[in-house]
Amino acid sequence: MIIHHPILGPRDAQEFVYLGDASLIDRPDGVTAGIEAFHDYLYNRTNPAGEHQELWYHEQGDRSWLVVTRNTVTHEITKVELASDVARARGRTK
Amino acid sequence: MTQSHRIQGGQIDRTKTLRFTFDGTPYQGHPGDTLASALLANGVRLMGRSFKYHRPRGPLSAGTEEPNALVELRSGGRQEPNTRATVAELYEGLTANSQNRWPSLRFDAMGINDKLSTFLAAGFYYKTFMWPKSFWEKLYEPIIRRAAGLGSVTREEDPDAYDKGFLHCDLLVIGAGPTGLMAALTAGRAGKRVILADEDFRMGGRLNSETYAVGDTQGADWAAATVAELSAMPNVRLMTRTTVVGAFDHGIYSAVERVSDHLLTPAAGKPRQILWRIYSTKAILAGGATERPIAFENNDRPGIMLAGSLRAYANRWGVKVGERAAVFTNNDDGLRTALDLQAKGVDVVAVIDSREGGSLLPGIRHLQGAEVIDTSGGLGLKTITVLQTNGRSETLAVEALAVSGGWNPNVNIHSHHRSRPVYDASIAAFVPGQDGPPGLLVAGAAAGQMSTHAALKTGRDAAIAALGLANGPDLPQAEDAPVCISPLWHVAHGKGRAWIDQQNDVTVKDIKLAKQENFTSVEHLKRYTTLGMATDQGKTSNVIGLAVMAELTGRSIPETGTTIYRPPYTPVAMGALAGRSRGKEFKPFRLTPSHHWAKEQGAIFVEVGNWLRTQWVPKSGETEWRQSVDREVLATRKSVGICDVTTLGKIDIQGTDAGAFLDRVYANTFSTLAVGKCRYGLMLREDGIVFDDGTTARMGQNEYVMTTTTANAVTVFRHLEYCRQVLWPEMDVQLISTTEAWAQFSVAGPNARNLLAKIVDQDIADAAFPYMGAGNITVSGLRARLFRISFSGELAYEIAVPTRYGDALLREMLAKGAEYDPIVYGTEALGVMRVEKGHVAGGELNGQSTALNMGLGKMVSKKKDSIGMVLSQREGMTTDTGYRLVGVKPVDPLGKLTAGSHFLEKGAAPVAANDGGWLTSKVYSPHLGCDIALGYLKAGDTKIGQRMRIVNLLAGLDTEVEIISPHMFDPEGERLRG
Amino acid sequence: MASLMAMTALGRREPTTVTHGPLTITERTDVALASVAARKVRIADLAQAAQAAGVPLPGPATHQQGTPYSAFWTAPEMWFVEAPFATHELIADMLKAVFADAASITEQTDAWATFDLTAPDLSPVLERLCNVDFRHVADGHATRTMMEHLGVYLIKHGPGTARIYGPRSSAESLLHALETSAHSVF
Repeated sequence: MIIHHPILGPRDAQEFVYLGDASLIDRPDGVTAGIEAFHDYLYNRTNPAGEHQELWYHEQGDRSWLVVTRNTVTHEITKVELASDVARARGRTK
Repeated sequence: MTQSHRIQGGQIDRTKTLRFTFDGTPYQGHPGDTLASALLANGVRLMGRSFKYHRPRGPLSAGTEEPNALVELRSGGRQEPNTRATVAELYEGLTANSQNRWPSLRFDAMGINDKLSTFLAAGFYYKTFMWPKSFWEKLYEPIIRRAAGLGSVTREEDPDAYDKGFLHCDLLVIGAGPTGLMAALTAGRAGKRVILADEDFRMGGRLNSETYAVGDTQGADWAAATVAELSAMPNVRLMTRTTVVGAFDHGIYSAVERVSDHLLTPAAGKPRQILWRIYSTKAILAGGATERPIAFENNDRPGIMLAGSLRAYANRWGVKVGERAAVFTNNDDGLRTALDLQAKGVDVVAVIDSREGGSLLPGIRHLQGAEVIDTSGGLGLKTITVLQTNGRSETLAVEALAVSGGWNPNVNIHSHHRSRPVYDASIAAFVPGQDGPPGLLVAGAAAGQMSTHAALKTGRDAAIAALGLANGPDLPQAEDAPVCISPLWHVAHGKGRAWIDQQNDVTVKDIKLAKQENFTSVEHLKRYTTLGMATDQGKTSNVIGLAVMAELTGRSIPETGTTIYRPPYTPVAMGALAGRSRGKEFKPFRLTPSHHWAKEQGAIFVEVGNWLRTQWVPKSGETEWRQSVDREVLATRKSVGICDVTTLGKIDIQGTDAGAFLDRVYANTFSTLAVGKCRYGLMLREDGIVFDDGTTARMGQNEYVMTTTTANAVTVFRHLEYCRQVLWPEMDVQLISTTEAWAQFSVAGPNARNLLAKIVDQDIADAAFPYMGAGNITVSGLRARLFRISFSGELAYEIAVPTRYGDALLREMLAKGAEYDPIVYGTEALGVMRVEKGHVAGGELNGQSTALNMGLGKMVSKKKDSIGMVLSQREGMTTDTGYRLVGVKPVDPLGKLTAGSHFLEKGAAPVAANDGGWLTSKVYSPHLGCDIALGYLKAGDTKIGQRMRIVNLLAGLDTEVEIISPHMFDPEGERLRG
Repeated sequence: MASLMAMTALGRREPTTVTHGPLTITERTDVALASVAARKVRIADLAQAAQAAGVPLPGPATHQQGTPYSAFWTAPEMWFVEAPFATHELIADMLKAVFADAASITEQTDAWATFDLTAPDLSPVLERLCNVDFRHVADGHATRTMMEHLGVYLIKHGPGTARIYGPRSSAESLLHALETSAHSVF
């Protein structure tokens, strides 16, 4: 697969490490959230046959974590964003 | 007998003669020959024995689709089984042997299988050899394996190298026939970066095997001229002997280039093959079409060939397979063969045309509405029996029979993403369907465009469309004959066997049996009969097989469908997939700064990931590893020992939020750590399991240096980047690995400080540099770092200098500290000392254990959020009866322990229900004078002082032990604070 | 400065040069290297200080030549800065003086084995080693890539000139891979 890195352009997926569902961005606060919330966060995932947002790490590149929107059936990639941008957009800032 | 069947013409170089042997017999051929064409030129039709029935076989084809003529090529370490003689390029000194026969190809004792064929039909494995069950492994399977088979694999190491490589292009053109050449020419003249790959050693495809004109010249000459033009273009890369074997995502294709397979041995340093990964913006599949036979009784004799192949041997290689030939066809292509053979001086006895009506060939006996119903000839074709419409049968004496059942477009590459080919009744074949790999266009015969004109036109138009060009070259004049076919898949006459898949010996009868047993889906049909499962992947047989099944079930051919096409298109050598990653070059090595010193000392090394670490350093007279390790441990605890710890991961963490960041990634607190101090840190995964541990030092207000275990250096760094970018993007933290920038040595033992005082420029007395101190220092003016940390339980420091000075620092410490008799210890002694102290390492950091399990539960701060804190408190992970780390020693000092053994109460039966836990690490402690171990024991903290058993049924071990504190040596820690 | 004798990444006293056919591989021990990463929201300060001190901060995937400092981009808001070792052995300290608290600076000189490659055309060798489209990318292209399982930085200075930074501990394996490819191609 080719991942169109938002900064570096097309890069071979071989350079990346896959982590999983980009919902991992939405980590609950450990001080206020309880075990149930963390349990849902860590283990309850959708497993779509189709469009999926997932985290990829450009280990053999610029070490950026990316959110890749990929169709799990066709492998078509429709969007690639820096995970830090996505995280900020989701409100993960002070 | 020299080339008795060679005729005039062809694209072989008759000025040079090549000598080769087949089954030990010497023959001659010419450059441009394949092994098959050269053997046929010498009158050799018999080249192999079939897989199951050991039927004598000759080549069916002249190309990559060959099911029959498989040989063992070369010998010794270079022996290659199952090589298709039809594509093996002839070279001087080639040696080949036939396979799957004994004692010889002409007389094969296993030919008895042919007589027993009634018992060996499809599915016979599953029915015949089921009883008694125990006989399968010992008796049936070995016999079957010996009797049925392909070539043998050499037991010697392959002496040749295989490369991998990466190529990039705007347009990849797969296949260099008229379609591909025209596509490449269009793109090349437009200045695009083009790769044109063809598996043949000569580009031109069918043009080399036909007598057509293209423009005002012969097709083969047009191809040569086009290749010459392309080769002069710097933007075009021509790759002969290169098979594109798979289509992968987003324009990536893999291709195998056979760099040296046409040479006796590869030139020095050169690879035999290269596996290329090709990145293409667009690609055109111009892979042509493959002819298929017609199934009829005894249609597998040497001399019976595909019509287009017989034509190719005559036109391209100047070979006639027999003096007298006949043609059996259901389409016009067979007629073309008859004319070409006749023009080459072959006596074409008859054309048996299954179609009725239409014009008759002039000057040739053209029997319409006729079929071939049987053949004879033990080791090669002698006669065919023809049944005419009027019911008369006739036997004709021929040595060659050309069979044409129509042409199948080579849709494989287009179908590698599961695009289903669709049936085109006008050519009675499957053509590429929808949803092929994005960016891949199909043109020419691969797209069902069967004439030369259509090939040139669609090749050009595909390149224009793929690259968005305005126009392309003018098309040369070429034949544009329609495909006139009336499908005939098999001849219904006769009760004998009619072969469909010649390589796997699948006959029409087997298809009938599959139908009878209700294996009617093509995928079931394939697996039940093994149709198309051989090394040729059914290139000549799959479509006939499914058409026969369609006929038997009353379904249409489109309803029956095809099986799934998967890479590789043709067999790929394991060596090509391995590339350079073999033997000692399987992976790169990482060498420590002390490697050269250790090598001089004859040290024993151990692989830790890619690192080569010193395991122990034997002294003269030491014959057993334990002698060296015991000495290293005792000397360290007595005076001072030095160990290279460069391999531990070192991560530089800076930024105004560095401390707060560490508080979140470690279970314990680091923001409160004073500058110039270090602290042991425990890192959890989000699920509460321990991830890694190490010591982290605060080198400045906003600057920390984290150490990780050697094993987790990469994954911890990845995790920290994840935390920094994904979880807390607002934090001001910057990360970089410095593992390799510093050579770091642990200096441990009562004399550690005394030794280092002779090395470093600063005062390191206890007051100036207390336990858990850290700081920048200098060594004879050179920038260096010092950490007062201990893994051994001794007074210990870790000293670091820039890596290039690491070797010198070690030698300096050994020389300047000579009065303290310093020794260098390896990972074994390191392991002994850490087990003596109860420090966790690999065996305990096993991805299943919590801080509580390790006796470190108090380190998990509940006052702050950190990764894994919440879920480490889950029910089930906090029970009092859970595993706890304990120390173990045998009651009898001579009692043996092994890691992996299980705890059992005295008198308990060794069954899972009684399992109390297991030993994670075991060493021999020279201080305690016995084996000691660490282990996870259920409620272990309540069992200190109790006696249990350590049982290992595999090792035959049952040892009475005492459960003790994991801190087995100097439990008060007086030594390390000294 | 130091009384300790330095050893090259290949374990010798002097840098190694290997020639095969038109290709020359030269080990470089005379390059000082440090990473410079912008502190959060301090990129403007960093750029200003860099300009004043003559430290180039090139855009993504590029290398920029300068005197004494050259630099290449390695990650968002992060660069590797090169300088002559003889004058800049303490490069990290020198850059800290330049950037103060606008950047995080880390010593990298000895983390890497440095090889310069020269030949009339390097692409035939490099296409056997990594997926970089060396023929096509512009001079000054700098990228991380993989060569025989090793993560390296590859900098194209010209069609026949390139520098490779590989992990120092694997210097021998990296050189072996480069030599093997050279023998494969030339």
